[in-house]
Amino acid sequence: MTPLQLVFLLTAALTLVAAFRVVTTRNLVHAALWLVVTLFGVAVLFVLLNAPFLAVVQVVVYIGAIAVLFIFAIMLTRREMRDQGAQLNKGWWAAALVSLLTFGGLFWLTRSWDGFTRTAAPLPTGQDTLSALGKALVSPDAFVLPFEIASVLLLAALVGAVYVAYREK
Amino acid sequence: MTFWNDPIHFIAEWLRGLFIGWGMSGDVANVLIALIGAVVLASVAMVLDILLVWVERKVVARFQDRLGPNRLGPFGLFQPFADILKLIIKENITPAGADKVPYNIAPILAMTAVLLLWAVLPLAPTIFGVDLNVGALYLIAAGALGTLAIILAGWSSNNKFALIGAFRAVAMMVSYEIPMVVTLLIPTILAGTMSLNGMVKAQDVWFVVLSPLAVIIFLISAVAELGRAPFDLNEAESELVAGYHVEYSGMKFGLFYAAELLHAFTFGGFMAVLFFGGWRGPWAEQYPLLGLLYFFVKAMIGYWVFMWIRYTMPRIRIDHMLAFNWKFLTPLAFVLLMVTALVDKALAGAETWVYALGMFLANVVVAWVTVEILRAYSRRRRLEEEAPAKQVIRTGVEGQAAHH
Repeated sequence: MTPLQLVFLLTAALTLVAAFRVVTTRNLVHAALWLVVTLFGVAVLFVLLNAPFLAVVQVVVYIGAIAVLFIFAIMLTRREMRDQGAQLNKGWWAAALVSLLTFGGLFWLTRSWDGFTRTAAPLPTGQDTLSALGKALVSPDAFVLPFEIASVLLLAALVGAVYVAYREK
Repeated sequence: MTFWNDPIHFIAEWLRGLFIGWGMSGDVANVLIALIGAVVLASVAMVLDILLVWVERKVVARFQDRLGPNRLGPFGLFQPFADILKLIIKENITPAGADKVPYNIAPILAMTAVLLLWAVLPLAPTIFGVDLNVGALYLIAAGALGTLAIILAGWSSNNKFALIGAFRAVAMMVSYEIPMVVTLLIPTILAGTMSLNGMVKAQDVWFVVLSPLAVIIFLISAVAELGRAPFDLNEAESELVAGYHVEYSGMKFGLFYAAELLHAFTFGGFMAVLFFGGWRGPWAEQYPLLGLLYFFVKAMIGYWVFMWIRYTMPRIRIDHMLAFNWKFLTPLAFVLLMVTALVDKALAGAETWVYALGMFLANVVVAWVTVEILRAYSRRRRLEEEAPAKQVIRTGVEGQAAHH
């Protein structure tokens, strides 16, 4: 086993355990902290895939902004940090069935795909993936349209937030 | 390759030879060497931290017209060791109702967030942890972990002062991250890369000349990110006792304290790397150890500026702080970014001195327009302040009613 595989297995196990704890722990702040661990594990997986930009963005956006916002909201809105109610509702069997079917279906669909067993071709060394990504985002024959649409959507959300929070004097 | 022009790789190669000689495989030896490198880098930073305690205490003493520590050793140099001994033998108190695991993780995470920054800091042409091609963004990511440490400390202490301190810290760090990200893009545009070592190599003309405004914006948002005065609302002694670390004692408090000092020094280092030529100086290319010296001198000057600001400025109010960020610093940073990008494209093929002059003039124009806008704004506010008395007389009862 190479060190890389060892790191992958440890990270994957940690990510799964943390993701499981997010939904099973009763303390809401703890759940948010486990979520941070999960997101961090995903960032490590990005690093292992030779995608440092995505890894860093994962940490900046998901941990630095979203998870912090979650924790903030939980602390500000909940007086009781401990959730006393039942953790499952009546429809749990339907949810279990659907997730089992989805997982089974995906497994069945990808079972014959050779990507699982084939070793990926090594990345060409010395290639600047970051500037390639940047150019792809703004070049007309690549992703400029989705990129701009996403930007406009975010801008609309921003304007909406200002409108909701604005109070006429 | 000799020790003098590439010390780190020289030692690494020697170690690799040694390990493989012991019968290890190449992969395992590489991982082991990387681990040793990480431990050595972190240890150097921590040992430097001990010195910083002395520097901080000595400098604040001079700012306040005192002598500072001067009993233990020459110039009081051994004072930090006495401080550390005191912190270690103090009782570690865990408050009742504290959330134990986050409470204990928080100080470690605070220190880790700072040590992580050292991984990308280019100390000399060939001495750096790793040369990430997303170095500038990595800086923000590590800052996010620092924010998390403060929330954890504030929440898990089960103390309302700690929690208020944490809330304030988060409000501040999340909002000041925006001008910081935007100003980090300016050296990125100027250098054409996000790798920090690449930025240093691109600074034939220091970026402080090309973009003095960016330096000022970065300095202000860095002070806010560090939570130092005038942005020390998260630990405002007169309001919150000590803020988010009020319940910590002994070495757990010591870790927060050490992390804060090292964070300030590290940001001094980032100022040097991003705007003041990093390790560059006469003969630094040939002798990396000389580059190391230049880097530490520049970082120390940056650290001194942080201390200078901290011990001279009074604390500002939280609404002023947020208004200053959202209504002034963020728009200014965005305008500067756009102007820099446009000028960079316009002067793409120009000679170095034309390019530098153009950039500098663009900055001067932006600064001048900003000052003019501020002056017009403050004049309008002043007139409004003076106006009401006259208005009441002129509009009489109607004006009164409208006022209510």
